[in-house]
Amino acid sequence: MRRIVVGIKRVIDYNVRVRVKPDGSGVITDGVKMSVNPFDDIALEEALRIKERGQADEVVAVSIGPDDAQAQLRTALAMGADRALLIKTDQTLEPLAVARVFESVIQKETPFLVLLGKQAIDDDAAQTAPMVAALWDRPQATFCSKLEIDADLKTASVTREVDAGLETLSIDLPAVVSADLRLNEPRFVKLPDIMKAKKKPLDIIDINNLGINIQAQHTLVTTEPPKPRAKGVVVSDVKELVHALRQKGLVA
Amino acid sequence: MKVLVIAEHDGSKLSDATARTVTCANAIPGASVTVAVLAADPQAVASQAAALNGVADVLTVAHADLSHPVAAIWASTVETLAAGFTHLLMGSTALGKELLPRVAARLGVAQISDCMEVLGAHRFKRPTYAANALVTLDCPADKLVVATVRLASFEAAGSGGSAAIHASAVAVKNPGHTRYGQLATVQSDRPDLTSAKRVVSGGRALASRDNFELIYGLAKTMNAAVGASRAAVDAGYAPNELQVGQTGKIIAPDVYLAIGISGAIQHLTGIKDAKTIVAINKDPEAPIFEVADLGLVGDLFEVVPQLKAELGG
Repeated sequence: MRRIVVGIKRVIDYNVRVRVKPDGSGVITDGVKMSVNPFDDIALEEALRIKERGQADEVVAVSIGPDDAQAQLRTALAMGADRALLIKTDQTLEPLAVARVFESVIQKETPFLVLLGKQAIDDDAAQTAPMVAALWDRPQATFCSKLEIDADLKTASVTREVDAGLETLSIDLPAVVSADLRLNEPRFVKLPDIMKAKKKPLDIIDINNLGINIQAQHTLVTTEPPKPRAKGVVVSDVKELVHALRQKGLVA
Repeated sequence: MKVLVIAEHDGSKLSDATARTVTCANAIPGASVTVAVLAADPQAVASQAAALNGVADVLTVAHADLSHPVAAIWASTVETLAAGFTHLLMGSTALGKELLPRVAARLGVAQISDCMEVLGAHRFKRPTYAANALVTLDCPADKLVVATVRLASFEAAGSGGSAAIHASAVAVKNPGHTRYGQLATVQSDRPDLTSAKRVVSGGRALASRDNFELIYGLAKTMNAAVGASRAAVDAGYAPNELQVGQTGKIIAPDVYLAIGISGAIQHLTGIKDAKTIVAINKDPEAPIFEVADLGLVGDLFEVVPQLKAELGG
């Protein structure tokens, strides 16, 4: 079976203005809209397109999180994933622990490709993809904006968005690829697909049954909001703007 | 504390990212900072690293397989180099973000991404939720600290030092599964976006790649770097390396001109450390005005040419 594993993380929706809890223990999530991490949407879309091109047989969506993450996995199934796997935990895992869980899923599912988002918009860590590749001892192509899988599924050509421009790599498969913004535009889910997704398999495994060390290494001291910027002024025309900039010594 | 910084370079020139990372490294109490230069021919870059203030010594690893920055090839070398150090740092650049997690996972240690403040040898502050929630974390004192550095939070170390340069005998193990292709980069005579003092940035309202030339024109007059919002890059008005924001570049210029940029929170994350933010936008309700120090409500197609003329362009 030619299989692709895709990571799906449940995160606070990107449109929500995140607020820090007054006691500094984290951010407010009660009553806040949750969604699939936008980069994971892109990763899933790419997996579906590879399958639709006839280069894969099955797309498996994997989430590590609380029971409620089933909602995001159902979204992934509605988009077109064939089945879903929830590794259930109420703990917030560090990326290294997440990578260890993925590695164990990979050993069982034996995919030729693991597609992940380049970062999650909650912790913004951007660590999971390289960590999974490291533990699996396979190639990684992060910040991918173009992915071409060779016909024999032995290698892939990847274009990556790096600081200086676009970099190309050729990697052996299996490999881990992380999706950047411009890899594709994810499809919208249609109502009939949501109905169909209810019948697709969604397996739930308790994380404690995997025998993986998921203990956090870092200790949270506090969470705080950023300092607000001082209120600015609105100028009425270009001359006034230039005058203000010159006064601050910002332009000649 | 023994801090190892992995140098970033293009084969001949040391990156400003490394100079900023050295500043972060020296904020660690009792730090002695070593910079490692991995390259096919590291000598030129090593001399530049040795000249940075606050660098105690420089290690070089020379090997043909290190001629391009490929994380899968560099990882085992960096892992070996890190033995005996208490901290391993790199800038939060494309390379730092893909190399250090690979090394950290191999070593079984958790990583701090985007360190924005050093509060102790094992205590660091970092942004989460597009810098809307800043977390302070303690790392275990008995493990190597692996961290990428939020470059906008640290000034570049100056030069004037003269650290000793040693060649390291550490092995380079190329796993052979990852082959570097090429780097396509847009040649520009504008200053580098991440280190520029002045940045002129354009958004969706530019409405075409041709119109985006207005931004380049103003930037030239101001001797500024050019940036862009995600919307402008997505629409193809500007190349990806100019994107500023949560998933693009995080910058801290003296002045940032946001032109035709509405100011989504993901964009604001990238400019919060700018000393002065100037917003030019047709929509007086645009969120960019909430963070702007100077705002001008107006049509950019009228304002930008006027501004350019006023500034002598």
